[in-house]
Amino acid sequence: MLDKVIFYFFAGIAVAGAVLTVTRRNAVHSAIFLVTSLLATAGIFLQLRAEFLFIVQIILYVGGIMVLFVFVIMLVNLDVALHQIQFARQKWVAFIVSLALAAQVGVMLWSSGKMPGQGLPVLAAAPADKLPANSEAVARSLFNAYLLPFEIASVLLLVAMIGAVVMAKRRA
Amino acid sequence: MNAVLQATIEFLKLYWAPLLCGVVIVAVLPLIVGYIVLVERKLMADMQARLGPMRVGPHGLLQPIADALKLLIKEDIIPEHADKLVFWLAPVLSVGAALLAIAGLAIGPAFQIAKDINIGILFVVGISALGIFGIVLGGWASNSNYSLMGALRSSAQLVSYETAAGLALVAGLLFAGTLNIKSIVEAQQQEGVWFALLAPVAFFTYLVASIAETNRAPFDLPEAESELVAGYMTEFSGFRWSLYFLAEYTNMIVVASVATTLFLGGWLRPFASVRWLNFLDFAPPLLMVAIAAYCVYRTPMQPSRVQQTFMLAVAGLCVVVGLVLLAPVVAPMIRPSLKEAMVPYYAGIHGGFWFLFKVSAYIYLFMWLRFTVPRYRFDQLMRLGWHFLIPLSLINVLMVGVAMIIGAYFQLQGWKLLLATTPAAVITLLAALLILAAEREGGTKQDATAASDFYAG
Repeated sequence: MLDKVIFYFFAGIAVAGAVLTVTRRNAVHSAIFLVTSLLATAGIFLQLRAEFLFIVQIILYVGGIMVLFVFVIMLVNLDVALHQIQFARQKWVAFIVSLALAAQVGVMLWSSGKMPGQGLPVLAAAPADKLPANSEAVARSLFNAYLLPFEIASVLLLVAMIGAVVMAKRRA
Repeated sequence: MNAVLQATIEFLKLYWAPLLCGVVIVAVLPLIVGYIVLVERKLMADMQARLGPMRVGPHGLLQPIADALKLLIKEDIIPEHADKLVFWLAPVLSVGAALLAIAGLAIGPAFQIAKDINIGILFVVGISALGIFGIVLGGWASNSNYSLMGALRSSAQLVSYETAAGLALVAGLLFAGTLNIKSIVEAQQQEGVWFALLAPVAFFTYLVASIAETNRAPFDLPEAESELVAGYMTEFSGFRWSLYFLAEYTNMIVVASVATTLFLGGWLRPFASVRWLNFLDFAPPLLMVAIAAYCVYRTPMQPSRVQQTFMLAVAGLCVVVGLVLLAPVVAPMIRPSLKEAMVPYYAGIHGGFWFLFKVSAYIYLFMWLRFTVPRYRFDQLMRLGWHFLIPLSLINVLMVGVAMIIGAYFQLQGWKLLLATTPAAVITLLAALLILAAEREGGTKQDATAASDFYAG
């Protein structure tokens, strides 16, 4: 019961925050609601006992990326930005893509439990004291089983970082 | 409805103790912060050969309460065209983040609100970093150029120095091998050496970065009063303004506690594992008695009866605290059968004393630096962060790793580990000198070509 209350609390905040992010006119308000949504997602991670993911979500997305977002929003002259074209007008493409996505999610939800081996898997909860310490478990799987994907992702990030530096240098 | 009630009861049954602790902290911390401010003003006065606040209460001891009352009943002004909701939210965010971070700290082996969290130190650092939103949004919402400039400066500063602070923590955490705060201190007990000695460069980097992160002089650019009035809190008044102050000083406590935990051995006595230095256990009660004796010595010099009584009362309080500190040390000597029973009391009481002592020393260092070092210019600040501290801490992480491998190869432990880490620190410092030399060459060229600085206000 308590689990459900906490889950729906965070999930509700996350969804409401996401909706408000796209509907607010003021960019700073949008950013605040995006932060709210991200924090609520972090709360769901915490409920799943993924402590490391919880704090990484907060440090990276909320404390890092969103701060830079707000920083940029405050630097940009919003009055000028409002007169420019804000959206690539591809309503039909967006409509079809979101329809396809909704259909996928719907089929997943509908088929869960109806067909064996398909739909959402239902896992038995592990007892709390049997779980390995979270950050150690994450480290072990990252640097053992998933070392190659991890390194590839790091190279991608490095490329993006160097690219940003090069672009900034060229413009200056 | 019944189910919700049941869930609430279930929740309260599980978590009543941490909730109670949280309420106590929220209630008591403003008082502590008030007295830290008083100590700061007294120290500043002492270093400038003045007396400082003397009027309210004996030696100005009731000044914080008077200040708090004044701030509470002051008019609360919201500027015209301000974004009211965000203006209201911003200081609350700052304070909330700072207070939440306290929950992860451990004052002694048993004194921790959120007990034994696996991500320990990351929780404290990550949550306290959220306070930046309060600053940025407050500056934006006030609809004032000074505030916006202050907010921009402060977010740039915090983002830059968080990187350096994080890398410094990494170097310390390499020795600890865990993020759990309790285990970090236990690792230092096992090693017998504070990590500040094993990773001196990391400690120095963290010290500098933590001053910058708490927006204190010499890095208090966001609120440089000669340039920006009061930075992001220019438009805030009364209670909201005091919330910002509460957040700033709470953050000071938080960074000092993180440094104490990771680098200064947390609640451990200095040289906790050296047997023949056990007489150091008598230092805390002796210190208390010495303070009491000084109070008694000063009593006849007080001008009025009230102040004399007050001084004696302080002396009495110190004696009581000293006796409490003495009890767990002396009891096992008188009756050896009490030895087992006294262990948790010793750990709790003396642990708390040493932890708070170290935190106070760290904060004292902050204040000392504030009254001694003049303020940096903003471009100097950014250059120090990005061109010096971050490369330095990156090299330091690398060298600490090398030192650890060498230490493991020769099976060095405890103080012997210094044989591996000290050369590593020296190499890091040499690299730092190289960085500085290169920086100086590049810096003169830069100054000649481009003097335009975007954030310089």
